[in-house]
Amino acid sequence: MSNGSQVPFGSRARVAAEGARAATLGSLHRQPAKVVALNRAFRVFLYGTVALALIGLAALLVDAFVEGEARLSLGLITDSTSRIADNAGFRQAILGSLYLVGLMILMVVPLGVGAAIYMEEYGNRESRLNRMIEVNIQNLAAVPAIVYGILGLAFIVRGPIDLGFMLFAGSITLTLLVLPTVIIAAREAIRAVPPSIREGSLALGATQWQTIRHQVLPAALPGVLTGVILAVSRALGEAAPLLLFGAAIFVTTDPQPFNSDAGWTALPVQIFSLAADPQAELRELAAAGIIIMLAVLLLMNSFAIWLRNRYEQKW
Amino acid sequence: MISKKWLLALGVGMVLALGAAACGDDDDDGGEASASGLSGTIRIDGSSTVAPLTSIAAEEFQGENPDVNVTVGTSGTSGGFEKFCAGETDANDASRQIEPEEKRVCSENGVEYGEVQVANDALSVIVNPNNPLTCISVETLNQAWDNGSTVDSWGDLDGLDADVGDEDLELFGPGSDSGTYDYFTEAVNGEEGVIRTDYNSIGENDNAAINGVAGDEWAMAYVPYSFVEEAGEQVKALEIDGGDGCVAPTAETVQDGSYTPLGRPLFIYPSAEALAKPEFDAFLEFYIANQASLTEAATFVPMTEEQTQASEEEISKLIG
Repeated sequence: MSNGSQVPFGSRARVAAEGARAATLGSLHRQPAKVVALNRAFRVFLYGTVALALIGLAALLVDAFVEGEARLSLGLITDSTSRIADNAGFRQAILGSLYLVGLMILMVVPLGVGAAIYMEEYGNRESRLNRMIEVNIQNLAAVPAIVYGILGLAFIVRGPIDLGFMLFAGSITLTLLVLPTVIIAAREAIRAVPPSIREGSLALGATQWQTIRHQVLPAALPGVLTGVILAVSRALGEAAPLLLFGAAIFVTTDPQPFNSDAGWTALPVQIFSLAADPQAELRELAAAGIIIMLAVLLLMNSFAIWLRNRYEQKW
Repeated sequence: MISKKWLLALGVGMVLALGAAACGDDDDDGGEASASGLSGTIRIDGSSTVAPLTSIAAEEFQGENPDVNVTVGTSGTSGGFEKFCAGETDANDASRQIEPEEKRVCSENGVEYGEVQVANDALSVIVNPNNPLTCISVETLNQAWDNGSTVDSWGDLDGLDADVGDEDLELFGPGSDSGTYDYFTEAVNGEEGVIRTDYNSIGENDNAAINGVAGDEWAMAYVPYSFVEEAGEQVKALEIDGGDGCVAPTAETVQDGSYTPLGRPLFIYPSAEALAKPEFDAFLEFYIANQASLTEAATFVPMTEEQTQASEEEISKLIG
């Protein structure tokens, strides 16, 4: 990020602050031992919290690899679902998950960013209505996935929208599920753009839309992408609402997102059902499925992270 | 710079959409050349106990009829009937018979159906191999599992055939969407859905019960027979005394009807609408005609000859 001549504002400020602190400490007496010890203890505590998170992740990865390693092969990606472990693969599940998340991104980015722009740039933050919307969005972010599943089943699959059990209906529900996350992240990102940028743009005669389009959005893009990464990660691993949506455990044709007669499945659904199978071989397959899902997740996220770094703005 | 990024996002989206369209076309093209001439989609949902058998039947059937697409879901027997009676699926896997309430919903929605037995199951009560117990009576099971039961250690149970001691009793059972749950509560506690509420619910994941019992020396659970078969030495299936002495859960005792009251038939419920489709009829006939090899592959208890005949007759009557 920092390359000599172009030290970003944040790190430049930190270097300055650290220098000032060293200078102050040098001119003062040594700090009391108790304060120094406390400082050290707190640092150890912080390392501990990070270590705990990493150990949990490592344990999960090792466990999945040890159990699923024997099943890892190219066929796992290209073969269809099967009851015979040696023939079984995740082709339909991988494609299903990609369609689900891909279609979801197409819907959630414009909706989420649009809502965030309205709330940050246009909406009157003092108005009662907008404050209510704000509280509700934050509450929605904490609603369990299965509740969205029930909502989707009643309103999208059946009921007023009546799409039937098509993959696209699952995509819409996942969109609703992650929309609050994207809105909150996008709002934070838009808010972090310095007001001087907007004021400068407006002062030069740009309209509000031109300011948003050419100054605010490009500057907020990395933050928005962070929100999208979180959204994709959550949506990709979500099985509960999809089970309600008629995601099948056995299907041998590639998904057709807009055909309500075509069966479809997704990676977490396959993993969930394989992990519950009586046959030990198929349970190994579930572990291999976890590895595949992690790989897909890593791929999608690294693409987003690459995009984010590419458009990172420095003030 | 920004417009490039949006173009990229749009591009990704279009690739996805095109992929979707292309896949759709592929499937349509494939519909012409088939030896049997059968094509179409069959959508089955329902019991997670029956699903492994239906899945393997579907797989074998598709091997012979590559243009028929069978999908199998696992919403549970009750969850599956809800979709079935709304006319959303072609057939429902069931680990118990359809209930009056479900019949009512079906007839309200004009969904007519048949009932075809596909296999047998021995609902098995399992304990840890270190547990000295070999047999348990239905009364004792009722004592342990009944609604409001306060039994929390083996010493509280009456009529045990071995000295188990007074260790804490840990119970594992499926959740209420499961047909296995419906059947067990009916057989042991006299009424469906009546059961103590403080046991470890494992949802639709019967392996959790196997793991629970394998890992806890004093646990007890009930699971479908195929899970016991696959688990091998990890758990011990108890003999059941339904009033006429202890009977072990085996293929023979289930078939000759002596494993009572926990031996049970497994069903598939085809809808009249589905029965009008030749590809569905062919699948159903295939399912029963090959039930011996299919049940073996999926470690289910096969049907007896009489049961197979009854199912075949039922199907030919349904197809008409």
